[in-house]
Amino acid sequence: MAFEAHRCPNGHLTYPGHYLCPECGERQTDTVDLSDRTGTVVTWTTSTATPPGVREPNTLAIVAFELEEGTVRALGQCTTDEIETGDEVEPVLVEQLRDPGAGIRAEESQEWDGYRFDPTH
Amino acid sequence: MDVAIIGASMTDFGQRDAWIRELLAEAGARCLDDAGVDPGEVDHLYVSNMASGEFEGQTGVMNALVADLGLAPAYAARIDQTSASGGAGTYAAWQSVASGASDATLLVGGEKMTHRTTGEATDVIASLTHPVEYKHGVTLPSFAGLAARHYLERYDAPRRSLAAVAVKNHRHGVDNPHAQFRKEISVETVLDSPIVADPLRLYDFCPITDGSAALLFCPADVAGEYADEYAVISGVAGATDTHVVHEREDPTTMRAVVDSGRDAFEMADRDPSEVDVAELHDMFTILELLQMEGLGFADPGRAWEQVEEGRTTRGGDLPINTSGGLKSKGHPLGATGVAQVYEIYRQVTGTAGPRQVPADVGLACNVGGFGNCVTTTIVEAR
Repeated sequence: MAFEAHRCPNGHLTYPGHYLCPECGERQTDTVDLSDRTGTVVTWTTSTATPPGVREPNTLAIVAFELEEGTVRALGQCTTDEIETGDEVEPVLVEQLRDPGAGIRAEESQEWDGYRFDPTH
Repeated sequence: MDVAIIGASMTDFGQRDAWIRELLAEAGARCLDDAGVDPGEVDHLYVSNMASGEFEGQTGVMNALVADLGLAPAYAARIDQTSASGGAGTYAAWQSVASGASDATLLVGGEKMTHRTTGEATDVIASLTHPVEYKHGVTLPSFAGLAARHYLERYDAPRRSLAAVAVKNHRHGVDNPHAQFRKEISVETVLDSPIVADPLRLYDFCPITDGSAALLFCPADVAGEYADEYAVISGVAGATDTHVVHEREDPTTMRAVVDSGRDAFEMADRDPSEVDVAELHDMFTILELLQMEGLGFADPGRAWEQVEEGRTTRGGDLPINTSGGLKSKGHPLGATGVAQVYEIYRQVTGTAGPRQVPADVGLACNVGGFGNCVTTTIVEAR
């Protein structure tokens, strides 16, 4: 499972990738691995009314990764409910973030593994 | 060509025994009656609906409604723009008449949701998200929690100011006979209710709702033949923002609100200070503040002060959500944007009953996804 920002020839970065760069319309041709980097919590929430197949409570954060070309943000589950804005976090691979068979989305249509954010302190 | 609204209706919102077909037919028939238009006169029908297939297993609702109201051979289409389907339907209806393609367009918005559990309904709505968001179990309420925390921390706004939005809209909803909840609440009710998406609590969120609403559109130059009191759409515009919510640089700026609002004001040749009454998409309390700021009713980070000062109550100088808003009226997804324009139509035609405020110019802002798509409509008395 890759955790990668996508880059077009003009240096614009997005996570996730898009068919065409939202900034300039060029094809995205390159990737930047985010899984070995640390990011900063921009904001977070603990959701207690979760859909079928999702852990409860489900603490989520938007995390900003500062790269040479600019900032890329990602939303993801946290490894702990004890999180604060400004915390430094690192991605930790999880095989299954929610039960793929419990929700409305076709199980085969997407991946279900991914990275949770773990505070480094 | 100027486009008029000559009739409007809404069903009771709440937990209804009726299924989607009956809900749409109830609002549609009442609207034709209100406008004094025969079914055979309708050229175009638009049905605003997000997910009747997912909720109920009933697709093709526009054709079902053609048959149930006797509208054939009218052109019919279903409009899906998630929570903003009603606003998008208003835009489509306006286009159909403004272009000359239709001399009479019926717009009916509706959704049937309450037969599903809260978790199931939440999942149907959350399925609008990108796979990288959906796999983390994100919900629309959790987006609201993320935005609300950022707003409160960034602008040093008090938590109780969000509660004040819910208190106001519940107070307004008491006078709406079609509202799901007609009960006043206090700031303490909100702050003591269970956490749903920290820092937001149960009473920061709109309920799950069944219901339908409808509008009848025709060229303004013949509106007088149907109705003594009618209204004109002076501005309408839609816009989009990123699909993936975390891609936005600022979680508290709703770009599609800003863009659609600016374009609607430009078309109407109006500015925010000229708006007498507004219906905003308060699916979550924080959204009312973000729309006030995005539309130019308040500076960034300052809308909460106006709510606390009472400016947005029925007695204030910019009454917002006189209908009770999504918060107390309820939020049957596809119906909501239509019901917002219904309320503005009632206000500017002076037929809002106990909810009436002095109003010649009204605005409705309908938000889909978490600001993914937005339509802003400005309606004026004639």
